Amino acid sequence: MIHFVLSISRQGKVRLTKWYSPYTQRERSKVIQELSGMILTRGPKLCNIVEWRGFKVVYRRYAGLYFCMCVNQEDNELEILEIIQYFVETLNRYFGSVCELDLIFHFHQTYYILDEILIAGELQESSKTTVHRLIDAQDSLVEAAKEKENTVSYIIAQVAS
Amino acid sequence: MALSGMRGLSVFISEIRNCQNKEQERLRVDKELGNIRTRFKNEKGLTPYEKKKYVWKMLYIFMLGYDVDFGHMEAVSLISAPKYPEKQVGYLVTSCLLNENHDFLRLAINTVRNDIIGRNETFQCLALTLVGNIGGREFAESLAPDVQKLLISSSCRPLVKKKAALCLLRLVRKNPDVVNVDGWSDRMAQLLDERHVGVLTSSMSLFVSLVSNNHEAYWSCLPKCVKVLERLARNQDVPQEYTYYGIPSPWLQVKTLRALQYFPTIEDPNTRRALFEVLQRVLMGTDVVKNVNKNNASHAVLFEALALVMHLDAEKEMMSQCVALLGKFIAVREPNIRYLGLENMTRMLMVTDVQDIIKRHQAQIITSLKDPDISIRRRALDLLYAMCDTSNAKDIVEELLQYLGTAEFAMREELALKAAILAEKFAPDLSWYVDVILQLIDKAGDFVSDDIWFRVVQFVTNNEDLQPYAALKAREYLDKPAIHETMMKVSAYLLGEYSHLLARRPGCSPKEIFSIIHEKLPTVSTPTISILLSTYAKILMHSQPPDPELQNQIWAIFSKYETSIDAEIQQRAVEYFTLSKKGAALMDILAEMPKFPERESSLIKKAEDTEADTAELSAIKSRAQQQASNALVVTGQQPTNEPPQVTQLGMVKIPNINMENNHVDQEVAQTNGITGDVEPQNADILGDLLSPLAIEGPPGVSGTETLSEDGALALAPVGEQENAIKPMVDIAERFHALCVNDSGVLYEDPYVQIGIKAEWRGHQGRLVLFLGNKTTSSLDAVQAVILPPSHMKLELSSVPEVIPPRSQVQCPLEVVNLRPSRDVAVLDFSYKFGTNLVDNKLRIPAVLNKFFQPITLSAEEFFPQWRSLAAPPLKLQEVVRGVRPMSLGEMANLLNSLRLIVSPGLDPNANNLVASTTFYSESTRSMLCLVRIETDPADRTQLRMTVASGDPTLTLELKEFIKEQLISIPTASKPPVPQQPQPTTQPISSSDPGALLAGLL
Repeated sequence: MIHFVLSISRQGKVRLTKWYSPYTQRERSKVIQELSGMILTRGPKLCNIVEWRGFKVVYRRYAGLYFCMCVNQEDNELEILEIIQYFVETLNRYFGSVCELDLIFHFHQTYYILDEILIAGELQESSKTTVHRLIDAQDSLVEAAKEKENTVSYIIAQVAS
Repeated sequence: MALSGMRGLSVFISEIRNCQNKEQERLRVDKELGNIRTRFKNEKGLTPYEKKKYVWKMLYIFMLGYDVDFGHMEAVSLISAPKYPEKQVGYLVTSCLLNENHDFLRLAINTVRNDIIGRNETFQCLALTLVGNIGGREFAESLAPDVQKLLISSSCRPLVKKKAALCLLRLVRKNPDVVNVDGWSDRMAQLLDERHVGVLTSSMSLFVSLVSNNHEAYWSCLPKCVKVLERLARNQDVPQEYTYYGIPSPWLQVKTLRALQYFPTIEDPNTRRALFEVLQRVLMGTDVVKNVNKNNASHAVLFEALALVMHLDAEKEMMSQCVALLGKFIAVREPNIRYLGLENMTRMLMVTDVQDIIKRHQAQIITSLKDPDISIRRRALDLLYAMCDTSNAKDIVEELLQYLGTAEFAMREELALKAAILAEKFAPDLSWYVDVILQLIDKAGDFVSDDIWFRVVQFVTNNEDLQPYAALKAREYLDKPAIHETMMKVSAYLLGEYSHLLARRPGCSPKEIFSIIHEKLPTVSTPTISILLSTYAKILMHSQPPDPELQNQIWAIFSKYETSIDAEIQQRAVEYFTLSKKGAALMDILAEMPKFPERESSLIKKAEDTEADTAELSAIKSRAQQQASNALVVTGQQPTNEPPQVTQLGMVKIPNINMENNHVDQEVAQTNGITGDVEPQNADILGDLLSPLAIEGPPGVSGTETLSEDGALALAPVGEQENAIKPMVDIAERFHALCVNDSGVLYEDPYVQIGIKAEWRGHQGRLVLFLGNKTTSSLDAVQAVILPPSHMKLELSSVPEVIPPRSQVQCPLEVVNLRPSRDVAVLDFSYKFGTNLVDNKLRIPAVLNKFFQPITLSAEEFFPQWRSLAAPPLKLQEVVRGVRPMSLGEMANLLNSLRLIVSPGLDPNANNLVASTTFYSESTRSMLCLVRIETDPADRTQLRMTVASGDPTLTLELKEFIKEQLISIPTASKPPVPQQPQPTTQPISSSDPGALLAGLL
């Protein structure tokens, strides 16, 4: 299973963290610190796997951004590596040629997309089309609620209550 | 795409991004947190939109690494909002901020349950996702039946179903009993009939988890798995959206292949045939293609298929096909495939008898040991270790030794251990074994644990033929200009025992042996001095007829150490001195060590124990232990026959008594009395003499178990003995903080707080210990004893035996620094509260840097000094690896905080730092120290350091000291083990008397 997902920029800034195993806040920052030190310093053309504290961290670099997933030693590393790729492709489809800034300013969307792909550290859905459709549906639900809030009758009702 | 705009949030993120430095960021964040706090307080005026916005901001701030504990409640409360937009935010932010151990989550269980059993599909999804991601045991117990119901309900749509499957998987992981296997296995089989690939993927994950616990119940699912595989392999009825780079869901294939590995075998011939057909297709049909993603995906399936073939122990033909594939993989350019090839070869060795085929690839594997990638090197090392036998041991071990010279810090300990074990297990002859171990110590002394050299001593002791050879080798190493301390120990030991066998060779007379060993004495640490004293005693005994000159020399040394501050050394010196005056009786007492009983190698045992550990961790651990045990003057050199706990206490208390009343005669008499017996077990009264070996126990003592426990204890760091009362602060962390600061809390537990305030002037210091009783009853039997290192004089004024309730006593402690040394004084502090006896050993922050006086030098002053201190031992240089990465600015701050003042711009190269300080001690007076650090901007984990001063010991100690500060040594806290949540620490309320006391200081 995937214990956590991290996305760290080349400068060591954290762009996304998702923890499927319980870590306290202090442990989380320690993990991030340790892994940044290990992964950001690795040169190109090395393999995408680092061994860490009896676990394996599979990572992949996209421009200035590293996506990392931590799994058990006996898990299938290449499978995880392609989950990363699939996640990034899904982000790309949603944002339209995704860049780091998208993930910074719309970090909440990134989390929603991740939640449609992984649950409990396991792959939930492997179809980009389906994920895309579900996220769109969520977005329109939110939009609809917003429009409703802006109607005059709603505002009057709020003031009256 | 609809990106719901949230202006306030975007503006905030931009502002954070514009912050120039961490300080500005912190200020901005603090401001925002203040704002959010006040807005949440008068909640009335908060619109749902605003509430959402603030919760998002909080999550962003949390991601930056700040604490937002106050906001947990707000996030959780949004879960029960009636409308989707708020609820959605509440669910997501809660699952990011909290983990399963947070109490707040309990508040939400009811709402979550209502959402799961409610009719609103979108709410169901949100709730299932939260439980799937952070649900704990309590969730498992109260929600599992509902989730199961959803999963098998026919009206439930795929989008909910797949979430329910993974949600149930999480709950099963938290508590396997929530699924009743009897009723569930049929349901599971039905779920595997699912056509929808998304739902099937989730169900398969659930199945893997269930079957890994209990395969017996799920035999009926086995053929279904094979069906799924067939469907995917033939690409039948797989929608386009579920193929990935042309491969029908590689993830589902991998999971299904994994599930099958939990069944011990496949009996039904039809199923077996169908499966092998699929496997054969995967093994043969996977080609290396250009597209890296396609390649990864197809090889993910291939490696999983390989694992299944190995598991099923298929026909010989298929197995050799697998080995051939792996042999191809370890030589390809693609590093991931190379890595996995090596890994799977190692696995293959464990399950089947393919050693001979794999040996054909030995040359390629050895090449991988030099791969630029540490991950691959690790795999290669493991594989070489696994494939080693008598036929190739010599080659492999020699490769490992060669590699040891260049290997990085992180791998050396593992490498050293593995080389030692292989050498022991497969040595073609014993002299080769001795050669290997001595080379190992020579090349990587820091990474050779004591076990390794204990073992070589055992072998030599037990094999008479080996003794002259080993002694000769040891003698040769002593000729080297600089040798490692461990080498010093082992050579001194071997020469003490066996140098008389060499006596006729040139340069090996007792006198010569003595002088070459004694030459090194000033450079070794306290425990080694004890060994050297024993060696001298043995040399004295073997020089027959006695050489008066040598005798006088050695006696002079003994009488010098009779006043040593270290109890162990003192005792040895006193005893040997008296013994050696007894003439012939000496021969009986100091006779050769008897043979050790044959037993399992403690090394191999150790290797097995630490197999799960990564090399790094264990290296760091043992280093931390070493440091801790250096700090404690008494290094667990315990007599072997006593139960460990008594010894520990005994060792601490004895010195004081011994030093005051030297009942030497009486003690010697006792020793003599016992040693008079010729029975083998008593020969080990000198076990004290050779105490490190005690880890293996003296002959004739039964019960290896207890003895190895002994050994373990000897290595245990200070302060790890079991106290019923646990400290409330991280002692190591407090110590490190106080090394930089001059006042603060050194120790605290529910009853006692110890604070420290220090003033330093030149080589002297005055510390005040504040011992505070936090309770409303008095503390009894308070004892504070200082265990000083040899380089320091410490005087603690008397400590009252009772501390009255809620009061504080001050105990001044005078410190005089005699010589430069990194050793640390220890305060043994104990007291009684009720029936609990609490005993702690605390390091006192009177460390090297406290005796620095900052000094800033100009270029005109610096360079002449730098040039005049030209060569070792006054100027030492070392390349340090494994440095904790930090910017140049951070490093300068670190040095400044140690009072090593950095002179910016002095070095023309901007990547270098130059610092200077003055060190004070009684022997050196004031001494200028100069430091230069050259960093590598491309690799922050390594640097070159040059240290110079007018005193060789100071230069060495200072260099090691700075090195310790630069290399990151994590505090002793346990690594997080995801499956085992650790309880959160209790918050300390402000009405706590401890906090009040802290205020007093």
